[in-house]
Amino acid sequence: MTLVKVRDLVVRAGGRVISSVPVLDVEPGRCVAIVGESGSGKTTALMATLGLLDTAEVTGEIGVCGVDVATASPRRLREMRGARAALVMQSPRAALTPTMRLGTLMRRALARHGVTGREAARRAEDAVAAVLLDPALLARYPHEVSGGQAQRFAIALAIALGAEVILADEPTSALDVTVQAEVVGVLRRLRDERGLALLLVSHDLALVSSVADHVLVMRDGAVVESGPAAEVFARPRDPYTRELIAAVPELPEATP
Amino acid sequence: MTTLALRRTPLRRLGDLARADVLAAVGLVVLVLIVLAALLAPWIAPYPDDGGAATHPAEALLPPGGDHWFGTDQVGRDVLSRVLFGARTSLFIAAAVLVVAAVAGVALGVVAGYAGGWARDVIMRITDVFLAFPALLLSLALAVVLQPSVTTVVVAIAVTWWPWYARLTASVAASVGRRGYIDAARCLGVPAPLIIVRHVLPNSLTPVLVQLSLDGGGVILTAAALSYLGLGAHEPTAEWGLMVEQGQTLFTTDWWVVTFPGLAILVTAFAFNVLGEGLRASLDPHRRPR
Amino acid sequence: MTRSNPPDPSGLDEPSPSARTPGAGPGVRPGASPDSGGPGGRLCAEAVTLAYGRTTVVHEVGLTVEEGGVGLVGESGSGKTTLARALLGLLAPRSGRITYGGRDLAAMRRGERAGFRGAVQPVFQDGSDALDPRMRLGSSIAEALAAHHRLDRAARRARVAELLTDVGLDPELAARRPHEVSGGQRQRAAIARALAVEPRVLVLDEPTSALDVTVQARVLDLLEDLRAGRGLTYLLITHNLAVVDRLCRTCHVMFAGRVVESGPARELLTRPAHPYTLALRDAVPRIGGAPPRAAGRTDAVPAAEGCAFRLRCPLAVDRCRTQAPAPRPVQGRVVACHRAEEVLAGAARK
Repeated sequence: MTLVKVRDLVVRAGGRVISSVPVLDVEPGRCVAIVGESGSGKTTALMATLGLLDTAEVTGEIGVCGVDVATASPRRLREMRGARAALVMQSPRAALTPTMRLGTLMRRALARHGVTGREAARRAEDAVAAVLLDPALLARYPHEVSGGQAQRFAIALAIALGAEVILADEPTSALDVTVQAEVVGVLRRLRDERGLALLLVSHDLALVSSVADHVLVMRDGAVVESGPAAEVFARPRDPYTRELIAAVPELPEATP
Repeated sequence: MTTLALRRTPLRRLGDLARADVLAAVGLVVLVLIVLAALLAPWIAPYPDDGGAATHPAEALLPPGGDHWFGTDQVGRDVLSRVLFGARTSLFIAAAVLVVAAVAGVALGVVAGYAGGWARDVIMRITDVFLAFPALLLSLALAVVLQPSVTTVVVAIAVTWWPWYARLTASVAASVGRRGYIDAARCLGVPAPLIIVRHVLPNSLTPVLVQLSLDGGGVILTAAALSYLGLGAHEPTAEWGLMVEQGQTLFTTDWWVVTFPGLAILVTAFAFNVLGEGLRASLDPHRRPR
Repeated sequence: MTRSNPPDPSGLDEPSPSARTPGAGPGVRPGASPDSGGPGGRLCAEAVTLAYGRTTVVHEVGLTVEEGGVGLVGESGSGKTTLARALLGLLAPRSGRITYGGRDLAAMRRGERAGFRGAVQPVFQDGSDALDPRMRLGSSIAEALAAHHRLDRAARRARVAELLTDVGLDPELAARRPHEVSGGQRQRAAIARALAVEPRVLVLDEPTSALDVTVQARVLDLLEDLRAGRGLTYLLITHNLAVVDRLCRTCHVMFAGRVVESGPARELLTRPAHPYTLALRDAVPRIGGAPPRAAGRTDAVPAAEGCAFRLRCPLAVDRCRTQAPAPRPVQGRVVACHRAEEVLAGAARK
């Protein structure tokens, strides 16, 4: 089953096309990435996919976890976004209620979806372990944890609520490189071991090359190249993709 | 993703504001009308002499009508003319207080905020002392010591008003002082006074402007209160608070003497407030429409 | 006014700083570097400790900004930006000293200080923060010119246009405000302002991290060209090891306020001797390379006793808990690790 299915998506603002994606499919256990520079329309495409944009400006067919985003009721969309498809943003702390401990936050979120008691505790424990978070951190408030921990908690929250697909917008660009490696490691494990699907939006080509199975390269609101990640990075066909790859400063190979 | 940066002149900003916030636009229009009325009072007032000491005992306490739209007061002066002349006094007081308070408060606040350390501690403790007294009480005490007059009102209110500006400016200036362009200027060896005047001050003024406009109404109310208590403007000066005080005993019989100056106070204070709220909303980056 | 005949710099530079430096001898502590006293002199941190209130952020760090470029890398909170602020004279050391041309910044007289200001300039991460949002780009650059040169209006305007051209910008942009140009253009304008005083050292604090990758590449090209053309020396603060490799001959790695490894940049990046340098390196995602590795848990806070890195270190042994490793020379670099030789031999990668 395809968890995210986008056909002929076009987003306009004031009559101008700011983002268009002809084809995008995310299957379980796969990571699809949209790369591009600022203004390329990559974040807009993600927002449209989740039904977070004004529907008057969006055309095309968008299906997320079997929900037709274009026609679904706001209530249905909220349910879909709350449980089966989770959004992870660049600064997760902004999305965490500052006056609640992380554990309370997780318990409340689970309770809202009808999961309580032993089952809630089991799910929370499992999710926290899956993102390699120390369970002791659940007793802390959002401002008492690091950016990387907050990001992993956001992912744990999605897992606990039963997310099948995570849509992430620059999830690691505010983090240190070591912390980024940790978060990326967590996402890769979830994909490989639990069949989680990932739709990743990022400006960082090197990062994308290390997690994505399929890549869409966007520029000025249009997809200029789309294909299997290994293919795109090894043999880019579009000149802009080549330019992007060439622009990444290269770290020399390690010598043993 | 893309932030569209348009060039905005102050005039166009006001235009944007008017479109975004109808109430603020109404406030702005009303204020402009009041200022015009104050400036043009000698020419538009139906009985310009009534703004001063003139008396017409034969026409005392006439109800509103064709000759006197707002009626006449105890000594037969046209209430409309006096409300128009009163606008001059009230707006003068508001302007004078706000200028004095803002200049003093902003100057001290920007130094305290940028310099930090002991300079901030000293200045902030002084403002705390002033803030410890209720504004009206302190103004009252001052107004008793000084002779009742418009100048007294200005001094008394300004003394209680500046610490708010100092505090506001200090907190804004402290955050502006941490910005990269301040560090860059310091690295260029630009002297501190110049950094304050050229970079810190201009970038700290926006919230002060909002506060000024919010405070206009408050100053007019306080000035009216002081005059009402007999500590401010006195006969024959036309001043709204004083007019309310003089007319209050007549409210049940000759309601117009007290009602029209009272309404003038209300409308002006209200206009200042909605304009201030509108400015705050439009200048707040989080609420600026995309 | 032409490039070959630049306006006379302030004239306040000490003609021969080296003449007065030998007296600095007794104050030299571990980590201090002797002054070379070249033209304009060198920028050094000598056993510098920096603190905000009661929190010590940098512990006794010594560093010399040498020709060929010096990189300073580490995670956020490692103290690298704080150290940069001290080297710019924006923050006074709690102990130790910052010297330029052998002279202690804290002891400089007015004229010397002006000379220092004209010689060491910053370029910060984010042009929208580094440029006054209310000033036109031209005015920001003109302010820098006015700080160190006496020029009449026409000459100043010409010089601003020249500087904008030098950094690859259209002189027309002088009339724009920071939010009216792109991020790359802002960063170029910030570089032009720094160049206005004809500096010798640029302290670059994450100069390209906020930029798109293609823009970043062009700004890096510009920085390389400027260095070659103007004989600039760079101190580069960044988390991006690839950028260090491109711009720096020497590299210092900071962890928890201390330099844990320093040496030739290429050597250090390809064959780290400190487990932390290795962790930084292995965490970098690379196109066509091995996936990034998270070595050790980043959750662990720096240890208060022994080696600060030991709670994250895959090689930590008892000795690391009891004894803080002192910096020592290991194969051409200085490393603060008891097991540096084993790291070089590949022990940390299993």
